[in-house]
Amino acid sequence: MLEGAAVTALVSILAIAVGVPLGLLLAIIRWRRVPLLSNAVAAYVSLIRATPAITLALLIFFALPSFGIVLTPLAAAVLTLTVNTSAFNCEIWRAALIDFPAEQLDAARAFGLRPRLAFRRIIFPQIWRTSLPALVNEMTLLIKASPALAVIGLVDLTRAASRIGAATYKPLPPFIVATLLYVLLVLAFVALQRLAERHLYAMRSAQ
Amino acid sequence: MTKDFLIVFGHFDQFLAGLWNTLWLAGATLLLASVLGCAIAALMLARQRFIRKSVAFLVDGMRCIPFLLLAYLVYYGLPELGLQFDSWTCGVSALVLYHSAYIAEIVRGAWSNLAREQIDAGKAFGFHGYRLFRRIILPQLFFASAPVVGNQTVQILKDTAFLMIITVPELTFVASSIQATYFVPFAAFIVAMVLYWAVTLVIEAGVRRVELSAALRRA
Repeated sequence: MLEGAAVTALVSILAIAVGVPLGLLLAIIRWRRVPLLSNAVAAYVSLIRATPAITLALLIFFALPSFGIVLTPLAAAVLTLTVNTSAFNCEIWRAALIDFPAEQLDAARAFGLRPRLAFRRIIFPQIWRTSLPALVNEMTLLIKASPALAVIGLVDLTRAASRIGAATYKPLPPFIVATLLYVLLVLAFVALQRLAERHLYAMRSAQ
Repeated sequence: MTKDFLIVFGHFDQFLAGLWNTLWLAGATLLLASVLGCAIAALMLARQRFIRKSVAFLVDGMRCIPFLLLAYLVYYGLPELGLQFDSWTCGVSALVLYHSAYIAEIVRGAWSNLAREQIDAGKAFGFHGYRLFRRIILPQLFFASAPVVGNQTVQILKDTAFLMIITVPELTFVASSIQATYFVPFAAFIVAMVLYWAVTLVIEAGVRRVELSAALRRA
């Protein structure tokens, strides 16, 4: 059971580690209105946001092999969650970019900062602060969607619980324990967010 | 690949039946969870501190657990209590229970933002209890929370897919069984995804309509 919980945590953390920067990249493509790519990203985000995680997991696990890409359940699981979360993260980053005050961009340009440097020094440090609560919220949603991965054979927390249930003919107790473990995982992320917010707040008042 | 899609379109009636079940599940859940959610929100704003705190605790707890786990708990838990239901009833109960917690939180937020004077004015005009809620509070709650409830509806739609695991024949279940029979994974699941997408776009268009009429009411 604890092994299953570790798999769930690992898969979620890997997906977050790739999905958050990927979401930022997608958001920048839309924000800069890169021709064609921008439209493609908009369609991708809209489609993925409407797709249940379980349907996406089944598509990735069963359909990619017919294109010659064979994935282990673990790789397919990380890919599914990454694709899913990057679409939601794209919208979070994009909202922060749209809200970014235009005067600051003009000021950066007036100081002769190149776009890339302006992004790194001026825009990014601010948007990641405003986006953090929404990003953590999306991380908890990701954990709550992760039981979908049990259908493709990944022995995550949910599948570990149902295996124990099938072996002991008493499915209820393992599912109750699994539910409590999920609650702990979600609460851990919420606590992390509180901590990060307090840290950011302290940094801002120190400035 | 074209052959795969031809196979899928050859069984399109099954996809439509699955889509119909998905829409039915999501629609019934939205309706029942809205009613239950309003009742829970009323409890969360109750005068007694004890009721307020304990209901808030339950709502927060519900919002921390993954939907599939709740579906399993209902599916395996009810028989332990001596209640035998089919997978369909279990699925709907789990969906309603789960999403009423989210809707309660949405409604509570909108409710506590309502202008106090409106309610006082309603009382001054002789509205009380149910009539006060139905005529004065509910219309404002509806328009204030429509966009967020729209997002929640998309979430409900997506959560119905989890019910394939307890063998409810919804859209993903149909796609999965077609792919298992004919081995057409890409075509089957892409068609299912596009159908979910179409429903989501309709929901979003509906929310925009409501927002437009809310703006007209205010004008």
